[in-house]
Amino acid sequence: MIVEIGHFALVLALLVAIFQMVVPAYGAQVRDARLMAVADPAALCQFGLLGVSFLALMHAYVTSDFSVANVASNSHSTKPLLYRISGVWGNHEGSMVLWVLILALFGAAVAAFGRNLPPTLKANVLSVQASIAVAFTLFILFTSNPFLRINPPPADGNGLNPVLQDPALAFHPPFLYTGYVGFSIAYSFAMAALIEGRIDAAWARWVRPWTLAAWMCLTLGVAMGSWWAYYELGWGGWWFWDPVENASFMPWLAGTALLHSALVMEKRDALKVWTVLLAILTFSLSLMGTFLVRSGVLTSVHAFAVDPKRGVFILAIMTLFTGGGLALFALRARDLRQGGIFAPISREGSLVLNNILLTTACATVLVGTLYPLLLESLTGDKISVGPPYFDWTFGPLMVPLLLALPFGPFLAWKRGDLLGAGQRLMFAAMLAVVVVALAAAAFHRGPWLAPFGLALGVFVMAGAVSELAWRIRLGSVPLAEAGRRFANLPRSAIGTALAHFGVGMLVVGVVATSAYREERILIMKPGEQVALAGYDLTFKGVAPGTGPNYREEVAVFDVARGAAAVTRLEPSRRIYDMPPEPTTEAGIHAAWRGDLYVVLGDKQTAGGYAVRIYFNPLVRFIWLGAVAMFLAGAVSLSDRRLRVGAPGRSRRVAAAPAE
Amino acid sequence: MTRKQRRGVLIGVGVAVLTVAAGLVLFALRDSIVFFHTPSDLAEKPIAVGQRFRLGGLVAAGSVKRGGGTKIDFVVTDTLKTVPVVYEGVLPDLFKEGQGVVAEGKLSPEGTFVADSVLAKHDENYMPPEVAKALEAKGVKLGKGASHPEGATP
Repeated sequence: MIVEIGHFALVLALLVAIFQMVVPAYGAQVRDARLMAVADPAALCQFGLLGVSFLALMHAYVTSDFSVANVASNSHSTKPLLYRISGVWGNHEGSMVLWVLILALFGAAVAAFGRNLPPTLKANVLSVQASIAVAFTLFILFTSNPFLRINPPPADGNGLNPVLQDPALAFHPPFLYTGYVGFSIAYSFAMAALIEGRIDAAWARWVRPWTLAAWMCLTLGVAMGSWWAYYELGWGGWWFWDPVENASFMPWLAGTALLHSALVMEKRDALKVWTVLLAILTFSLSLMGTFLVRSGVLTSVHAFAVDPKRGVFILAIMTLFTGGGLALFALRARDLRQGGIFAPISREGSLVLNNILLTTACATVLVGTLYPLLLESLTGDKISVGPPYFDWTFGPLMVPLLLALPFGPFLAWKRGDLLGAGQRLMFAAMLAVVVVALAAAAFHRGPWLAPFGLALGVFVMAGAVSELAWRIRLGSVPLAEAGRRFANLPRSAIGTALAHFGVGMLVVGVVATSAYREERILIMKPGEQVALAGYDLTFKGVAPGTGPNYREEVAVFDVARGAAAVTRLEPSRRIYDMPPEPTTEAGIHAAWRGDLYVVLGDKQTAGGYAVRIYFNPLVRFIWLGAVAMFLAGAVSLSDRRLRVGAPGRSRRVAAAPAE
Repeated sequence: MTRKQRRGVLIGVGVAVLTVAAGLVLFALRDSIVFFHTPSDLAEKPIAVGQRFRLGGLVAAGSVKRGGGTKIDFVVTDTLKTVPVVYEGVLPDLFKEGQGVVAEGKLSPEGTFVADSVLAKHDENYMPPEVAKALEAKGVKLGKGASHPEGATP
């Protein structure tokens, strides 16, 4: 019964979305306030109905109702509760319901907090948002309905792929989707602006917090996926340039660019046309990501059922929204008047450089991701584009971006002083030089470029700290005064510095892990010892074990540094009960200087086990960097000037003398 | 600087970055792409020793020799031709006899494929699309659900 209610709620949500798509847009055309006003309750109602639908599906999972086909093929009664819940979005159909639910959540948030929005803009935004919901709800109902029953119901389900039974992965899709789908708001605002043919700084002030919220969730979602791949897949790597990883990385790059160009538009009323285009492209890349993942054109852990109907349907949705957006842009963009002018060396100039480099980098990733698909459809040749391609294209583009990054915040709007910025970055630059020397002296292996990569990361980190120190005039005023100034800094300034600091951490982690990783593959018998990266590992043996829904072989390694015992690592190989599949659980000792990572391999006929041991230096910085960016987004969002729904009030606050 | 000159600087920087990027892309696409072949492809059109490529097919039943050191031997087949493969390392969890596999590496002078990475399908029914298509093109009948991957999340 509850399942039917969920199904019915989904159909009702579709009807409400159609209503919300048509009526407010018409109201905005004819300037009828009553027609426009229906958008708000419709958006809230649509969200409520989808919420009911989602909860109904979740109820079916939690109670293991195997008469529902979707539950039967993706869940199992012995699964722990957390994974029965996360199993809802651990499959194609359920994850699409989550997708539209988040879409509706963003629409409802605009309706609830958007009291200060001009009524026509708001009506158009909610109408465009509803049109996306209509497309995807139709997609669910026609090709991927999770509420279908099967008769007779099986005694038990097929279970969830064991590599997905993992806490990081339980939360990876919701964050990722919040990011992907959150960019729909930027898209809807861009479309609404084009429909009205006018756009101003207030528009950017509105778009920025939404984009920021989506961006920070996407950052965390991508980082969680990478972290999961790192510790769960047992390959010791953290990023594979897999097309599906790229599918989530491209919207991130475009979204990062959008965040920066919206800033120029808000503060200086410039780059309007570009910002609107970028908003359309960012969401289009999100849609393309959905298409790549869902159409089954790719080989990856994300590949879902290859049902040609689904692929074609999503391709049609993508073409409609991308094509429609770009067509409207082509028709209307010239109506958007150009704003303030600025010198090439200025805050605006640096943000433009950021945009050029980020979008170009995004384009190279796009080419690398789509080229194999294109070539195969044209010539039938099957190729794969692997990490070397991305090292050669994406890497070189990041170097100028990272070099220029610390300068940006030191430059004034309109016309900046490059020399002055350089002087203020002296300390960061000197630190970077010291790092080059230290790294070159400490490591006699690895590529010669690696010390410079590390230095670049440190330069970005130190540059972010220098910027804050300069703003609070640390060193030239008494410490208490500097502290007072720090407390008075706008939160968004702290957020900016923290995010840039996170970028630096990420770079340090990436370079150190890629260049200086140590790896050993060997056969070990119980009692044998091996030394790696300053650790001594003693293999104590293998014992059987059991978990809630699996059996395992657990190896025990005692890890010591010199005479001191450090930890005991227990890598294991599990066989799940349902589905009966093996997984490898790595044993990881995480420390600041790096992770010791042990994987248990096959039992040897001559006795002993194959063992693979890695040392990944500073790898933790990669995820800490991403977490810093996420927190930076949260700090910035808490800034009163950005707070969602308060642009009017916040302007007065900003005008109040802060210094 | 006039407005026009400023715009010129911006466009100049943009064009310069795009040119560099296009150059890098063309360079990298020439040197770092990897072709995919099946054992039958190799029999028809031999590939030079030392040339990187991806080998795809099914893991031949009874061919996997584990436990004799860190190297693992197995045979990849498309049911018409076979290629022996050697891989050093720990195989992915879902590597199984009779299932689809894609290995990346080079041929040795003896005709053994020395793989440095092995991708196996990620669940019960999953077949890498390129393997499924290549096998179908060779007229190989696939088993139940072989080209019907299910499950897994984004």
